[in-house]
Amino acid sequence: MATQILMPALSPTMEEGTLSKWLVKEGDTVTSGQILAEIETDKATMEFEAVDEGTVGKILVPEGSEGIKVNTPIAVLLGEGEDASAAESAAAAPAPAAEKAEEAPKPEAPIAAQPAAAVAEPVAQEPDVPEGTTFKTQTMREALRDAMAEEMRRDGDVFLMGEEVGEYQGAYKISQGLLDEFGPKRVIDTPITEHGFTGIAVGAAFAGLRPIVEFMTFNFALQAIDHIINSAAKTLYMSGGQMGCPIVFRGPNGAAARVAAQHSHDFAALYANIPGLRVVMPYTAADAKGLLKSAIRDANPVIFLENEILYGRSFEVPELDDFTIPFGKAKIARPGKDVTIVSFGIGMNYALQAAEELAKEGVEAEVIDLRTLRPMDTATVIASVRKTNRCVTVEEGFPQGSIGNYVSATIMQEAFDYLDAPVINCAGKDVPMPYAANLEKLALVTTAEVIAAVKSVTYR
Amino acid sequence: MATTRRASAKPNASKEELLAYYRDMLLIRRFEEKAGQLYGMGLIGGFCHLYIGQEAVVVGLEAATKEGDQRVTSYRDHGHMLACGMDPKGVMAELTGREGGYSRGKGGSMHMFSSEKKFYGGHGIVGAQVPIGAGLAFANWYRGNDNVSFAYFGDGAANQGQVYETFNIASLWKLPCVFVIENNQYAMGTSMKRASSTPALFTRGEAFGIPGEAVDGMDVLAVKAAAEKAIGHCRAGEGPYILEMNTYRYRGHSMSDPAKYRTREEVQKMREERDPIDHVRDMLVAGELATEDELKAVDRDIKAVVNEAAQFAQDSPEPAEAELWTDVYA
Ligand SMILES: Cc1ncc(C[n+]2csc(CCOP(=O)(O)OP(=O)(O)O)c2C)c(N)n1
Ligand SMILES: [Mg+2]
Repeated sequence: MATQILMPALSPTMEEGTLSKWLVKEGDTVTSGQILAEIETDKATMEFEAVDEGTVGKILVPEGSEGIKVNTPIAVLLGEGEDASAAESAAAAPAPAAEKAEEAPKPEAPIAAQPAAAVAEPVAQEPDVPEGTTFKTQTMREALRDAMAEEMRRDGDVFLMGEEVGEYQGAYKISQGLLDEFGPKRVIDTPITEHGFTGIAVGAAFAGLRPIVEFMTFNFALQAIDHIINSAAKTLYMSGGQMGCPIVFRGPNGAAARVAAQHSHDFAALYANIPGLRVVMPYTAADAKGLLKSAIRDANPVIFLENEILYGRSFEVPELDDFTIPFGKAKIARPGKDVTIVSFGIGMNYALQAAEELAKEGVEAEVIDLRTLRPMDTATVIASVRKTNRCVTVEEGFPQGSIGNYVSATIMQEAFDYLDAPVINCAGKDVPMPYAANLEKLALVTTAEVIAAVKSVTYR
Repeated sequence: MATTRRASAKPNASKEELLAYYRDMLLIRRFEEKAGQLYGMGLIGGFCHLYIGQEAVVVGLEAATKEGDQRVTSYRDHGHMLACGMDPKGVMAELTGREGGYSRGKGGSMHMFSSEKKFYGGHGIVGAQVPIGAGLAFANWYRGNDNVSFAYFGDGAANQGQVYETFNIASLWKLPCVFVIENNQYAMGTSMKRASSTPALFTRGEAFGIPGEAVDGMDVLAVKAAAEKAIGHCRAGEGPYILEMNTYRYRGHSMSDPAKYRTREEVQKMREERDPIDHVRDMLVAGELATEDELKAVDRDIKAVVNEAAQFAQDSPEPAEAELWTDVYA
């Protein structure tokens, strides 16, 4: 029977891809395992193999085609004894219902770094960049790479180490090109030995070097957490200020897509609990770049929490020779007067989407991106709540002992009389991350939950 | 089928035995190919690590086990589950995240378990299964039974510190644990050479007094023989044993690995010259133990089993929404 060859999904987050090259042509016979085509995904160029044997009857999608959705028929394979007419009818058959179980958050239009526009009572906020700065569109992935490259050029003591950061160019391609530019002494592939290499990096930092440690994901930093907390975070204090630990621990954190309980943990609140650590969790590429450069220069251990789903997303990044953002400075991502929504990292996705929806119903939400969780800019939050009198917090992490809990407590202590409603914390559900597509959706915080929370605190 | 090491005319095993290995390995191969296909269609999500190429390791080891023995492994776990007798339907349905899956859709490819078959997972954290395997052995020692546990881990995992903490304790307390290092030459994109200071992983227990042995992990008979020796050592109360299985994975590390760190030729050469399934097939044919027709019948049977599993995995419903909240606590 003639069968359709469908555009394959070749990564957990792939929804579409480019058919860069056909390695077979119509009329070729193929065997199972033979490479049919090269397909470019969001992360890499992959070879696509035949599953069945047969003859290529028809190529439906020419090479060079971009944006081909997963499960689109791309060719027809003829079985033994079939001719081209079978290819025609198979080509015409509808593709099986595209059943892409997971649904990654929809990509958004890039958000320009906007200074807080004048509203009724604007909260004073300094812009991150001088007036007249030009911007270029960059992915989060590129911005992170540029930040590291710039700092490595600037300071010979800065080096990167971790699993697959060198020859493989990064498991998530964040360190692309760094090995070529800086060589194997400064871009170091480690064995899978998190506890060991983290301790080694901490030792190197005690001796005055400035390591950047990439964890393939932060889930694996749990192997190393003793060195992060007991060695890196506490030594300055224990040594009476003699011996600091200038080190950056970075990597993707939180849920990706369908990778289940052991690969989906959001550690923001856990690290934010530890004195001696700084904790950064950017949402935009511009913030990631400016904050990562600050992190590398900081004299303290910095936990820098990235997000796999954001890696491929494009944002406007300032074109400045040396763009840094100081820690402890939240950003008003969207001004408003009716309610304050506080979030950070990928939580901003839901916060901004909710604000957009709410605006259509006449509710003007002020959205604050904390950007750094330790130190935390609670002053900006308090000033906003004094204006709006209502607050909702949004994060993907677990609810008990969450960042939202801390923000709520601070508001209660410092702005109790200004509150017109109890603060609501929107968070991930209080369960390990399930694998099933439907349950994963339920486990994550949603835009709808944020909207419902805002309606509740604004009594709508 | 071009061969270099292929079958001496008279294999040292019966027809029934060889046919059973052929069938068990082929089931894993076809199952994994189907899983790869379903992944491409978006029916399986997240990470999915295929076992293609390594089939002889689990099939040979399982052939030497007895009822009551336990096993634990990493995320590359589909082969281990099929080899210890778990139902292909339940495994495939877990891959699609459905109610009929072994973890009722909550664990996925990397996290599956069967208390009935004494399969203790499916672990996503590299190396974590090694002390857990020794813990299973500890329970055997504690209870005074003669069961043995198998802790499977990769060449990459072999560098994790907890492996050596475990080696020391397992040897000190004489725990009945077989440490099976599945050396498929690569840990994601890192070849053994780039990650290990010494080339022989089977000697890694020497400092702790644990005997070890390198085995041709593409030869199911060699695996079975080595397994019997190791198990005998453990059951006799002599403590743990290390088996380094030299094997190879044909596919990328996971479905999203472009595998640029090795050449097509390297993979092709392995497939052509060392394939564990072809090896047994050749022994059966060369020894005139089975006809092509008999083997074709096995192929057909396996295809039917795998298709049935794939169908079940698509027909089984998603878990009920209330399942989100169950099983967090006992
Ligand atoms: C603690 C930890 N670090 C890193 C990873 C990411 N990771 C998953 S598999 C893998 C490679 C493991 O290679 P190996 O042990 O040789 O097993 P194989 O995949 O070859 O079966 C890595 C680095 C992880 N899951 N856990
Ligand atoms: Mg390996």
